[in-house]
This record gives sequence, structure tokens and C-alpha cells, in this order.
Amino acid sequence: MFGKLTLSAIPFNDHIIMGAVVSSTVLALVIMALITYYKKWSYLWHEWLTSLDHKKIGIMYIILALVMLLRGFSDAIMMRAQQAMALGANHGYLTPHHFDQIFSSHGTIMIIFVAMPFMIGLMNIVVPQQIGARDVAFPLMNSISFWLTVSGVGLMMISLGVGEFSNTGWTGIAPLFEKTYNPGVGVDYWMWAVQIAGIGSTLTGINFFVTIIKMRAPGMRLMKMPLFTWTALTTNVLMVLSFPVLTVALFLLTMDRYLGMHFFTNALGGNMMMWNNLFWMWGHPEVYIVILPAFGVFSEVVATFSKKALFGYKSLVYATAVIMFLSFTVWLHHFFTMGNTPDVNIFFGITTMLIAIPTGVKVYDWLFTMYRGRITFSTPMYWTMGFLTVFVIGGMTGVLMAIPPADFVVHNSLFLIAHFHNMLIPGALFGYFAGYSYWFPKAFGFKLNEKWGKRAFWGWLIGFLVAFMPLYVLGFMGMPRRLAHYDNPAWQPYLIVAAVGAFIILLGVMAQGMQLFVSIRDRKKNTDETGDAWEYGRTLEWMTSSPPADYNFAVIPKVEELDEFWDMKEKGTAYKRPEKYYDIYMPKNQPHGVVVGGLALAFGFAMVWYIWWLAIVSLVAIITTIILIGANDDTDYVIPAEDVKRIEDAHFEKVAAAMAQVNNQGKGGE
Amino acid sequence: MRKRSLYNLFKVGGLLSMVVFLSSCSKMIVLDSKGPIGQEETFLIYISFALMLIVVIPVFVMAFWFAVRYRDTNEKATYKPKWAHSTKIEWVIWMVPIAIIVALSYLTWTRTYQLDPYKPIQSEAKTFHVEVVSMDWNWLFIYPEYHIATVNELVFPANTPLSFRLTSASVMTSFFIPQLGSQMYAMAGMQTRLNLMANEPGVYEGHNLEFSGKGYNTMHFEAIAKTPEEFKEWLEKAKKSPDTLSMAMFKKISEPNINYPETVYSSVVPGLFDHILSRFMGWMGTHKKMKMDMHMPLNHANDSTRHMNHKNMEDK
Amino acid sequence: MNTEITNMDAAKAREMEHAHHMEMKTFGFWIYLMSDLVIFSVLFATFATHGHNYAGGPGPKDLFDIPYLFVETMFLLISSVTYGFSMVAMQNNNKKMVLTGLVITFLLGLGFVSMEIHEFYGMIMEGSGPDRSGFLSSFFTLVATHGTHVTFGLLWMAVMIIQVVKKGFTDGVRSRLMRLSLFWHFLDIVWVGVFTVVYLLGML
Repeated sequence: MFGKLTLSAIPFNDHIIMGAVVSSTVLALVIMALITYYKKWSYLWHEWLTSLDHKKIGIMYIILALVMLLRGFSDAIMMRAQQAMALGANHGYLTPHHFDQIFSSHGTIMIIFVAMPFMIGLMNIVVPQQIGARDVAFPLMNSISFWLTVSGVGLMMISLGVGEFSNTGWTGIAPLFEKTYNPGVGVDYWMWAVQIAGIGSTLTGINFFVTIIKMRAPGMRLMKMPLFTWTALTTNVLMVLSFPVLTVALFLLTMDRYLGMHFFTNALGGNMMMWNNLFWMWGHPEVYIVILPAFGVFSEVVATFSKKALFGYKSLVYATAVIMFLSFTVWLHHFFTMGNTPDVNIFFGITTMLIAIPTGVKVYDWLFTMYRGRITFSTPMYWTMGFLTVFVIGGMTGVLMAIPPADFVVHNSLFLIAHFHNMLIPGALFGYFAGYSYWFPKAFGFKLNEKWGKRAFWGWLIGFLVAFMPLYVLGFMGMPRRLAHYDNPAWQPYLIVAAVGAFIILLGVMAQGMQLFVSIRDRKKNTDETGDAWEYGRTLEWMTSSPPADYNFAVIPKVEELDEFWDMKEKGTAYKRPEKYYDIYMPKNQPHGVVVGGLALAFGFAMVWYIWWLAIVSLVAIITTIILIGANDDTDYVIPAEDVKRIEDAHFEKVAAAMAQVNNQGKGGE
Repeated sequence: MRKRSLYNLFKVGGLLSMVVFLSSCSKMIVLDSKGPIGQEETFLIYISFALMLIVVIPVFVMAFWFAVRYRDTNEKATYKPKWAHSTKIEWVIWMVPIAIIVALSYLTWTRTYQLDPYKPIQSEAKTFHVEVVSMDWNWLFIYPEYHIATVNELVFPANTPLSFRLTSASVMTSFFIPQLGSQMYAMAGMQTRLNLMANEPGVYEGHNLEFSGKGYNTMHFEAIAKTPEEFKEWLEKAKKSPDTLSMAMFKKISEPNINYPETVYSSVVPGLFDHILSRFMGWMGTHKKMKMDMHMPLNHANDSTRHMNHKNMEDK
Repeated sequence: MNTEITNMDAAKAREMEHAHHMEMKTFGFWIYLMSDLVIFSVLFATFATHGHNYAGGPGPKDLFDIPYLFVETMFLLISSVTYGFSMVAMQNNNKKMVLTGLVITFLLGLGFVSMEIHEFYGMIMEGSGPDRSGFLSSFFTLVATHGTHVTFGLLWMAVMIIQVVKKGFTDGVRSRLMRLSLFWHFLDIVWVGVFTVVYLLGML
């Protein structure tokens, strides 16, 4: 009835795991109790869970990412603490098997369940508004993508308390993850969690690619698209082309583990290097999938806060496109040390270095955007400045590792760990945080607290430097990655410093929690009345009210300029009421996303534990749901023109009041 | 207030790390190489860093300068909200990185051939052969010329080119002696090669760098480079060791176990390495249409074909 | 800047929006097919790397029956033609012809899948199942992935037959039939690749 699943799968006697399980269960129960107490279930279901509004889906994505960031970050703290103490006779507080699961879940969570949903969340909130659209191309598919990601998260969280998680890292390690060497359920949890979320990401890629290509406002040619939209477009191309590779790679592993096939096995004709090839054919583009939209955020932020047009727009677009193409040609640099011929290594080494050229150009373009600007240092700009200065260090070490013979001595050491954290924390995460504080007023109608935002920034920046610079040194000291215990006393001081760094980051994280609390408490003081929260917004998303009406734009704007909204403000045509309003058709709420997500979770869980009947039932139910979706022609509802007028009038009145107040205080001008 | 305390923390942390850094610079063994391969690689690291600084330093300077100069409270600074293009600047910011990458590509091109791990090291001394087998979770070293073997301890003469053949009896691992240079993967059913040399006698640490399961963190060994005289002495002693490596013994030590004591075996069952290699060579089909070089496109083909070439070379 | 919509009555705007939406669905489906093509490419690549790893087991010549496969292939190719007839009939709003075409296509597709299952069954019974060698793993996975796609295509076709009967040629039904047509031809093309690379080249 329950396959391999018995009560003994729950690790009752591991206090650390049980502590985590109990505290997260209690937290979940408390939240559910609160929702029940305030009778908010119906509100939650109708306004959020079943919503097809891209803005709400985006917000849910980001909440998911932030929650998972906390989980992934506690994994990080645990690893740093373990390595700071596990020298010689002291074996630390974690068993090697537990440590192995922690580094695997840390990586999987941070890439698949933090970076991806954060990025997709920003894209959801911003892209339709930046291109002057009312929604994405396929709103229901958008909801399904989100709930597939949630179901991947669900599997990750269940693995904490029921059974175990994988010990083969977020990349999987052939042939260590084969049944012969890894008979437990850990690898299966990892495999299905990533697989289910990955299918969601492919759908997102298709959805947003079509949205950007087909739904831009009239007049917005490709070369008039805001840079964030450009980076979103390239990211979606990468998602559509690279996620299927991951799907196949994981599928082949599934065949190996469930049907005894020989794709990545040692024996009977398997080829373990095939895994590395397939995984990194997805894995390297994946790095750009998460980092390019962050570059887009920096581009928007730096122009807005310098109050100046983005320098070298064309260069930035071409650089983005070049990175997109090159990202498919570099995957082999993840295993230079496999015994390739020099010719192969040289090819992949040089293609890797080539990526440094467009990236370098981008950095200079951002700097020259600041040049002759009038820079306001708000929180988003802090994150951007932190990125500009720290990211280039990671770029240097990246180019270094692109040289095969140099890679031979630092590969798989802590130097590598330091390098990719140096790319992903300042590169991707700082970008998302910049975007989070930049577009927060757009999504919620009030600004985040600046003071706590800046404190959070300093915690993250300083913590990052203190945590990861020592890892570069440790790499040069020959310390391998993923050690649960070591015997070399020279390493310990650096590991202690690194652990201190992780705790400084913790201060930053706490400041972010505080920022959210304070901002919600003081939300009345920081409302954004005009919709142009930073006063110097350049692109179309600042034209809508904050938060925008369901339909974003009552009348779809016609675009003439790159910085259309800036141009409107200069010409004085911004905030002009249209002569006439029309009925607007919007997608109805649909529960199918939640249903498919829930069924996918049941399917994944059933597969992990070999509960075949449940797997079959949930699969059939998913297919039935999709058939039902296909048969449903009644998907829209109408917002009558008079309602649109009422909503818009209220918005324009607010704008007028805000403008009057500004003029009275004599602060206007510019 | 909080900000200030963060600043202070930063200062203290920075100072602390500087002190630690300076006091143990000598422990950055990767940069303190004792072999020609490692020294070349260290040089490469230094020179590429220096080249890259040409791009990176201006970024730091400009980031600070522009941030201070063009802050919104500085009313004196020029403000040109429309200025967004300059062909001159565009040329420079594209051309400088391109020039540096071209230089680095040239370095990559020449040095990758020069430092190919498969390339034998030129020396007057006769090459010393070692066969490396990674097991769960110990290292086995076979010395084919002397018909002896060791576990978790590698002994070899200094100033002599070392030629390793590597494979795995289990999962994939990476063989690395930081102070001598390049690492190389060891994979079951496949043979990889590595050529290194120690310029001076000494005890160097060696590691597995590829996560391989429960005993991964214990998979380190000592690589001991001896003077010719010391090595001769060691050899004579090794020949007298009571332990011998029979097939049964190999089965025993290759069972998953942690921290197998360093052992010297006075004899080794002949062809053990090739036996281990062939155990997993399932991909060697028997179908008559099979062609060696058609096996695995992508990089793997290079690996197996290179393995064949090297074997052929040796057979000659 | 001009936020006014050009003078056009709301109904017409709505109609255009609707057409635009259908066009977007078709475009999105092309993008999906592209990502599916990546899936097949990777499976082909895997077959290329594993296709000679017989591990002492049987090879193509011991396993493949080309005349049998030729018949199987013909089933699929002809089903593409009959689907084409069905689409022509849809242009003429000939419901009966559309349904006849769809049913014939369905039966041909079913024949293809049945023959494939029969082939697999025979191989597995002989002890040449997918767990025998790397070659057989990659063979079964590639061919069965295509077969699964065809099976889902059949399911979709069954649903569409019901929709045509029940709803007639609404815009939604038309657009879905068009997309199924794309899918069906796509699977045909992939099968030509499979037949050539796996079966014909294997027999050389």
C-alpha cells in the first residue's frame, strides 16, 4: 500500500533534523491557524492561489523564493559552522552523511528554488507592464508553472522529515547517484523535485517568450524594449532550449534507477561522462538564465537613479545576445580535468573567456550611465554599487579558471566554491534584491524602509566578503570542496573567518526581515500615489498606478521612444486622461494550477516511495485535468468600461493630489 | 548606530583576516609548487591576474569616482540626462577587453599544449611509472616496474618524471597533489593519464577532489618524494614486506572502508590494473560492426582514443 | 505620445484580440515543438554515444526486422496524409470528412503503436530488454519516447473527435486541430529520423 514507505523513514533519533522538522511544521500550523482565525481561507483561495493575474503570481513566486532562501541559508550556516570546528579529533556536530545531504540541498534549493522563482517572480511582475500588456500570453499556464515549482519545493521539504535527501550535490555525480552506490530515496527526492520544477520552468520560458514577442504595445520595436525585458527575452530563449536537456538527463537517470538501464553506470555500456555533458549543457546556460535578468535589473536601476538615459543601450543589447549564444558553447569547462585532448580544452577555454568581453562591456556601460548623472543612492542603487565592485573579482577568477592548466590546480577546490558564489551572490542575488526594493512599491503601493534596506545591504556585502574571500585562499591551500571533516590545522583559521562571514550575512538577512516588518507597519507614510514611485521612472511600468489595476493599462499605450514614460513626462503628456474607455476582457481565476501542482506533488512522492497505485492515479488525474482545460472555452470575464473609468478616475485624482502637494512644498522642478 | 557597529565589525574582521592571511601565506601550497608543472601553472595564474587587472582596476576607480562626483547633492557636477552614446568610449570598452582576452587566449593556446597532463615530461632521468586505482575510499598505487604496491601512500624518487595511469574501482574521483600540479579524474572502465615531477624531496599531501560518498573526506594520502639513495633503501625494505597483493587481497581492500592503514605490498598479482580497468569496460561491444573511434563522440571519445594511442605507443 | 485608441468599435477590437490570441497559441505551440525537438536531439545524441555499447549483448542485426518496421513506418506516414485530408476538409467545413479522416488517422496511429509494443515485447522476452546494455537502454528510451508522444497524440485526437462532434468547428476547436496537425507531422518527421539513424544505419 505504501511502497517502501514505513514509519522508520522518519529520522526520529536525529535531533537536528527533527528540530528542523518540528519547527517548520509548527510554523506552518501557526500560519494555517492564523488564516483560519481571521477567516482568510476564502480570500486566499480566490484572490491568490487560483489567481491568473501575473502580478499576483509574481508576488507568490517571490514569497516562495524568500522562504526557500531562509531554508537554503540555514543550510549554509550549518555547513560553515561544521567546517569551522571539524578539525582533527573534533568531528563537529554533523555526521558526514548529514553534511552531504546539507550541501546537496543547499545547492538545489539556492539554484532551483530561490534563484529561479525569484527571477521568474520579477519577470512576472515587471515584463507585461514594461511592454504595455495586460497579462502574459498564457495566464493559466503561468499558474501551472508556479504550482509545479511549489510542488518541487514540497518534495524538498518532505525529504527533510520523511526519508533523506540526496548526497550527490545539486549537480548529481555520476555514477555515485546510481542505485548501486546510492540505494536510498535521497537521490530520487532530488531527481523528482528538480524534474517537476524544471518542467514548470520550460513552460514559463515558452510563455514569456511568446509574451515578449507577440504582446508588446504598438510601436515598441525590439530595439525599443527596456533592457530588463531584453534580458528576460534572452533568458526565456535559454530556458526553452536548455531545460529540455535537463529533463532528458534526469529522465535517463530515472530509467537507470527505476528500470536498471545503463546510461550513466559503470558497467554494461553506461557512460558516466555523458551525465556531466548533459547536465552542464543545461547547467551552464542555467547560470546565465539566473544572472541575465539580474543584469537587466541593474540596467534599469542605474539609469533611474542616475536620472539619465542608459549608456550604450545597443551595446548592452548586443552584449546580452552574445552572452546568450556563447552560454551554449562553454559547458565542457566544468570538466577540463577529465583527460581531454588539449584541442578540446582550448576550444572550450577560449569560448568561456569570450564571455568575459560582453560582460566587461556591460560593467563599463553601467559605469558610464552614472557618469554625468545625478545619482540618488537609494537601496536599489546600493545593491547595484555592491554588485559592480565585487562582481568583477568573481569575473577575474572565472577567466582564470577558463585557462585549462590553471583550472587543473583549482578545480573542485574551495577556490571554485568562492568563484561561483562570487558570481551568483553579487551577480544574481544582489540583482534580485535590487529589483525587489525597486519594484516593491509598484507591486504593493508603498516603499520599503530605506534605513533597514541599507543595513541589510551592508550585512550582505561585508558578510559576503568575509565569508568567501577566505575560501579563495583555502583553494590555494589545496582544500577540496565538500569536506565534512579535515586534518589540516592550517585551514581552520580561514574556515572560522568564513563562518563569521556567514553570521554577518545572517545580520543582513535579519535586517531584511526587519525592513519588511517596519515597512508594513509604516506603510501609510510611504505610499506611492502617482505610480512613479522613484519620480524618475523611465519605462512603461511606472505609468500604471501602484499597485496597478487588474488590467494594468486601461488603454494600451503607443510607444515611440526607448524611455517612453520619461519622454511622456518631458513632453507633459503623462497622466493625461484618455477620452474614452472600453470594456476589458481579463482571464478568470482557475483552480487548475493548484490542482496540477498538488497532483504533481503526489506523483513525485509516490515515485520516490514506489507507491505505484498513487503514481498512476495522480498521473491519470493530471492528464484528465489538462483535457478539461483544453475543453474549457469560457476563460474570460469582462470589466465594463464604466468600472474601468471609475478605477482610472480614482487613480488620476490621487495623482493630481500628489502633484499639487509636491508643488505646494516647492520641491517640484526637474 | 547599527551601521557604525557594522563598520567596526568590518574593520575588525578585515584586520583579522589580513593577519591570518599574511601569517600563513606560505601555506598556500598551490602557489608554492615544488614541481615544474605546478610552477608553470602558478606562473600562469599570476600573469593572467595581472592582465585582468587592466580591466578591473579602472572599474574600481570609476565606481568610486563617479559615485562621489555625480552624487545628487553635488550640484556643481555636470548633469547631462540625454547623454547616452559615445562612439569613442564604446570603442574603448569593447576593444580593451577584447585585446586582453586575445592575449589570454594566446596564453591558453600555448600553455594548454605545453601543460597537457598526457604529455611526458622531458628529463634525463628515466620515467617512473605508477598505476593509480581509486577505491571506496582509499588509494592504491601500483609500481609496475618494481612489482610492488602501496595503499594510501605514494613513494617515488624526486627529480624524476612521474607517469601515472589512473582508473577507479568504484565511483569517479579526482587525483590531486597540490604541490606538484594538475589533477586528473579517475573513472571506472576508463584510463586517464597524468605526468608530474617533484623538483625536491619532501612529503606532499594528496587529495581526492571529487565527492565520492561517505568516506570522501578521508581520501587523502601522502606523496613522498625521496632522494635516489633513500628511494633505493625504501625499495629494498618494501621488497621484504610480509604483505602481498593477491586478487583476494585486492578484493578485500577494495570493499568500502575508511582509513585503511598505509601498507606496502612486496608483490602484486600481474596485470592487476588492466584487470580492474577491463572489469568495467562493458562498453567494449562484441558486435562486429563496432569501431573503436566511433564509440563516444564528445570528449569521451578523445579520452578512450587517447588511451588507445598511448597504449599503442607504449607497446612499441 | 498618444494614448488614444484609433477609432474602431469595441466589438471589432475584441474580435482582433481574439484572433491575436489564437495566433499566439499557434506560435507558442511552435516554441513548444522546438523544446520537444531539443528533447529528441538529446536522445539522439545519447543514442550516438551509447549506440555501440553492446556489452557483449545483441546488436541491431540480431534484433531488427526491417520489413516489419517498414510496415510500421508506413502506418505513421500514411496517417500524416490522412490527417492532411482531414485538415483540408476542415477548410471546407465538411464535418463528416473531418471525422472520417481523424478516425482513420487514429486507427493508423494505433496500429503503429501496437506494432511498436509488439516489437518491444518480443525483444524483452528474448532477454534483450533495456537493462541488457547501454545500446539497448538508449534504443528503448529513444524509440519509446517517440512512441509515448504518439500515444499522447492519439489521446489528444480522441478528445478532438469528441470535441468536433459536440462543439462543431468553433475557433477553439479549429485552432486545436491545427496544433494537433503540427504535432502529428512533427512526430512523423522525428520518426523518419529514428528510422534512419536507429534502424537503417544500425543495419549497415
